[in-house]
Amino acid sequence: MAFSRKLAAIAAFATLAAAGVALAQEKVLRIVPHSNLAILDPIWTTAYMSRNHGYMIYDTLFGTDEKAQIKPQMVESWTESPDHRLWTFKLRKGLEFHDGKPVTSEDVTASLARWGKRDAMGVALFTFVERMDTPAPDTFRIFLREACGFTLEALGKPSSNVPFIMPKRIAETDAFKQIEEHIGSGPYVFKKDEFKPGDKAIYLKNTKYVPRKEAPSGTTGGKNVYVDRVEWNLALRDAQAQVNALQKGEVDIIEQLSFEHFETVKKDPTLQLPPYDTVGLQYMARFNHLAKPFDNPKVRQAVLAAFSQETFLKAQVGVKELYKVCPSMFTCGTPYGSAFGSEIQSKSNMKKAQELLKASGYDGTPILIMKPTDLASIQKLPDVAAQLMRQAGFKVDLQAMDWQTLVARRSKKDPVDKGGWHMFLTAWQAHDIWNPIANAAFDTRGEKSGWFGWASDDKMIELRAAFMRETDDAKKKKMAEVLQARAFEIGTHVPLGEFRAPMAASKKVSGFFVSNGNLYWNLKKN
Amino acid sequence: MYKFLARRLLSTIPVLAIVAVLVFLMLRLTPGDPAAILAGDAANTEQIARIREGLGLDRPLPVQFAIWAKSILSGDLGESFYFKMKVTSLIGQRLEATVSLATLTIIFAVFTAVPLGVLAAWRFGGWFDRILMGFSVMGFSVPVFVLAYILIWIVSLKLGWLPVQGYKPIAEGFGPFIRHLILPAITLSVIYIALIARVTRASVLEALGEDYIRTARAKGLPESRVLIRHALTNAAVPIVTVIGIGIALLIGGVVVTESVYAIPGLGRLTVDAVLARDFPTIQGVILFFSVIYVMINLLVDLSYVFFDPRIRY
Repeated sequence: MAFSRKLAAIAAFATLAAAGVALAQEKVLRIVPHSNLAILDPIWTTAYMSRNHGYMIYDTLFGTDEKAQIKPQMVESWTESPDHRLWTFKLRKGLEFHDGKPVTSEDVTASLARWGKRDAMGVALFTFVERMDTPAPDTFRIFLREACGFTLEALGKPSSNVPFIMPKRIAETDAFKQIEEHIGSGPYVFKKDEFKPGDKAIYLKNTKYVPRKEAPSGTTGGKNVYVDRVEWNLALRDAQAQVNALQKGEVDIIEQLSFEHFETVKKDPTLQLPPYDTVGLQYMARFNHLAKPFDNPKVRQAVLAAFSQETFLKAQVGVKELYKVCPSMFTCGTPYGSAFGSEIQSKSNMKKAQELLKASGYDGTPILIMKPTDLASIQKLPDVAAQLMRQAGFKVDLQAMDWQTLVARRSKKDPVDKGGWHMFLTAWQAHDIWNPIANAAFDTRGEKSGWFGWASDDKMIELRAAFMRETDDAKKKKMAEVLQARAFEIGTHVPLGEFRAPMAASKKVSGFFVSNGNLYWNLKKN
Repeated sequence: MYKFLARRLLSTIPVLAIVAVLVFLMLRLTPGDPAAILAGDAANTEQIARIREGLGLDRPLPVQFAIWAKSILSGDLGESFYFKMKVTSLIGQRLEATVSLATLTIIFAVFTAVPLGVLAAWRFGGWFDRILMGFSVMGFSVPVFVLAYILIWIVSLKLGWLPVQGYKPIAEGFGPFIRHLILPAITLSVIYIALIARVTRASVLEALGEDYIRTARAKGLPESRVLIRHALTNAAVPIVTVIGIGIALLIGGVVVTESVYAIPGLGRLTVDAVLARDFPTIQGVILFFSVIYVMINLLVDLSYVFFDPRIRY
């Protein structure tokens, strides 16, 4: 009898212990990110994984909410001089780095200076910056040479490279060398000792973080953390294995569900597809403007006329509720999203494309399209492009290669027969292309332009420069429309429609908000 | 024996040198730019050029090779472009998972395949032999990933017995460690069971036709003793050879298995490094695998002495 009681007590203790362990485990959020995390410096690279890592551990001065409005984050208040040349910012109280030191204005200016050497918008902003100073530990000022129309948009930009704030000693690292320490003031603390690239990255709740009072929206609002630990499973890369693990409860969130598994997850009563994204991504075809015949705008226009967005979206995404046709080069549903000037593509058809190509004097040069075979998210686009171009009258040479070969080859300005190229197709997150400064395809400085394809157009350069100086929002919208119309006219590139990359999660997880990115605060796990 | 050992060990040096040169040249001739990959999709040409310069990729090939060769001679495999870690540390991090998976696979394969092969030879032409040969053909034919998905669906998702994915180091307890390895090891071992069972069957069958087996049976020895002590021991050389080859082949086999089961081993590291054109890591891993390959071959050759006393080195 005594033995039975002992046994019962042991069993009860074991049950309680197991329950305790289970409770402890429930506070761990297990996420499968969309790719591997290798580079831990979100200023050094534009890789989205590094950016997402940045959002975990760093904070930003401003953020962009779900309606693309810039809102303060680390900043408490700010003023702008009447001539728009002096900006004064005051930091909010309670900001502290993970090493226990307070965030000061000197940390901020050092971080901005480093970011301003790497990020496209940062570089553009710093062409206006005369100097920065720090009159008080919680106050910093930016002195501009002339009025700049995108100061806050740059400081609050949500995507790569995000102006994350780091301690001064880290931010003083050469912008072209990677940082060695990973200390921020964000909602999570990075566990460097547990980091194994290709295996896992661990983040612990920053218990000293003081969130804002506002509700989370985009990269703005309160970054409340309701879990103790977030684990990024970097080893789980097979799409089917990810869904298996989610169904079995071994992971909680798949950051980017493959389109093929969308219906499976939708039908599973234990899983959910959180609507975290309202603007999504845009597919894009990019010409090499240096290579014949794409040095001829009439040939590029023929391609614009031939490329019906619906055809690309149906083939690549397939799931109707995940894609939409959108003629805007800045993505629909964003401040500069507009159909203005898009008729060459949106109201065109194959007959028009054939006529345009005939009128262009195209000499039958085969068009080399680079097709990445290892990137499921875009690999069908080149096939569609090739078929539509053949229908329009082009000769097409579709060359298969892995994405990394494509990435290397697209940087070559050589003629096509010496290793160059004519066209590649890719996808951009809306945040990266939603205004004429961030949108790399709008850089038309020819061979000096920053992005592959090297479009050349003096009129766009002037329009873009004027846009940068304009401070009136209504005028900026009109200018963006004119810029877009010009981009369609000269055929800088072809927008191929928009889509959402679905996220899948267990129904045990709640608190998702419209972030238009992969942000992991405000989430609760039951 | 010692002379042989010394000679074989010395012969690994030119082998590794040739491997090093070939790997270095092949990687440099492969299209792809590590700097462009590291910079990210939105980086511009100037940023990529700066990174390329920082990695030393703008230097002439002989200079790059000389720097790498010098560091190898001092026992340093270099630093990964992509992971920003010492290649030796990366290999160290991933070694346990791959060695555990490979060891369990080989143990499972040998302890299953050898008895099956002996039994099939003993019952040559019977139903067991036919079934085993049928299984063997199937084992060679079914792709590893298909088998993996089938096993996961049945054992993990339907029956809920084992986890779907992941790896737990042995330091976190033997239970979780083995639970996470059973399915991957079974998946990976099927092809080796098929291979080893076929070779065992053929070798034992040949041995069973020898005069000394007839003598052993005439002496009245039990059949089990005839099979194990006399037939299997004399058939061991080709079996050990094929096991050795199997271990070497496992290096390639783990890549798919590690991907499907999300095991952070050397196979996944190789794939990640190749995709990122991470030259130092690829070079380091291939050199490491080459050493393993050479050592396994050496051990197999040495083991012949124990199975066949007529062999002398």
